Amino acid sequence: MIAIIDYGVGNLFSLQSSFAAIGAEAVVTADPAVIRVADRILLPGVGAFEDAARKLRDSGMAALLIELAATGKPIMGICLGMQLLLDKSYEYGEHAGLGLISGNVSPIRPVVPAEYKVPHIGWNALHFGAGKHPLFKYINEGDCVYFVHSYYATDCPAVIATTEYHAELTAAVAKGNVMGCQFHPEKSGTVGLNILRAFCEM
Amino acid sequence: MITKRIIPCLDVKDGRVVKGINFEGLGDVASPIELAKYYSDHGADELVFYDITASAEGRRLFTDILTETARQVFIPLTVGGGINTVADFDRVLGCGADKVSVNSGAIRNPALVGEAARLYGDQCVVLSVDIKRVDGVFRVFAKGGRENTGMEAIEWIRRCVGEGAGEVVVNSIDTDGVKGGFDLPMLEAVCDAVDVPVIASGGAGCIDHFLTLFHTRPKVDAGLAASIFHFGEVAIKDLKAAMAADGIPTRL
Repeated sequence: MIAIIDYGVGNLFSLQSSFAAIGAEAVVTADPAVIRVADRILLPGVGAFEDAARKLRDSGMAALLIELAATGKPIMGICLGMQLLLDKSYEYGEHAGLGLISGNVSPIRPVVPAEYKVPHIGWNALHFGAGKHPLFKYINEGDCVYFVHSYYATDCPAVIATTEYHAELTAAVAKGNVMGCQFHPEKSGTVGLNILRAFCEM
Repeated sequence: MITKRIIPCLDVKDGRVVKGINFEGLGDVASPIELAKYYSDHGADELVFYDITASAEGRRLFTDILTETARQVFIPLTVGGGINTVADFDRVLGCGADKVSVNSGAIRNPALVGEAARLYGDQCVVLSVDIKRVDGVFRVFAKGGRENTGMEAIEWIRRCVGEGAGEVVVNSIDTDGVKGGFDLPMLEAVCDAVDVPVIASGGAGCIDHFLTLFHTRPKVDAGLAASIFHFGEVAIKDLKAAMAADGIPTRL
């Protein structure tokens, strides 16, 4: 069973539906008892970093995630959920994340020329670099996934995929059992479902 | 490179897709769910569901259909039609829509764009504008293109983007239905005015029209059409293959 963490951020319907589509049982929950017994944890997120980080801390979810990450349970963050796994974000100030993966969250605007639109919205290709992470075992170099974001992971040694938007932007990160996708696998067609399938096999 | 998006638009009335359709291998051609799946499987990058129902019963049916589509189709879904309040945003987002398109609702209540952007984020709010030239000036039309609001279109778009609209659908009434190609001068004027994604709508009749659009208006992010896809005049697979062969960044 996969626990999709419900901490009042974002619409979780598509995410839950996409797990159903690949035959995986996923529950949307805020119950620590359910999250503890889950085989895998999914941390979603849409919106502002500061607000989401505060909700995670205030609900006790941050401490629980840090505790469970240390047990080796697979944890995946999506979009803002990925950014929350990192040390800190520079979105409207400076805000601490969970620190499960070292790295920062920085604005895209300064690294792309004016004619590049921000947010970076749409389908863009994934590049794996030297090695292919097991999360991508069912997809290919150059496959497109759907992005919607204005900030991206920087100063991160755990990058497992990038995408090109004038600059090379971090598309996915992983450190052991903790991983994250900047893009939305639940909105990325068959390619996205195949990434979720690989996560379910970890 | 970010790819150029191809977006079929489905008009839904009383739970059925309006406009005749004829696809091989598609059992119920008027089922929005079946058609959405078909397009998703055949390379559509995004879908627009447009609710043209007037009755409360039709609206409930639309909401049910949206929920079922979001359960089965895993590409971005934009919903428009009858969006007048943030409660309407809530209603369709709760059913799995990713973005909400506002048109007449924003004309009646211009504060709607800003309110929705603050609640759901700019990326969620799509401004859709029906534009027609009147004495050489781009004017905003309301009520499905029937009523001249008197507003100058570029100024209106600029204002709404300033309030938080994250994308703009430019529907040219002048080229809509003519199948002579997209309204390139109108699109240029909009692209020069705003720096959010611009979606071209109205006028596509063949594959070449999309190639011309993306080559001559590189700031346009997406092409939207309805009948040419529904009638099978242009197959999305063929269109995207032609785009890729022509050097346009395309998701295949």
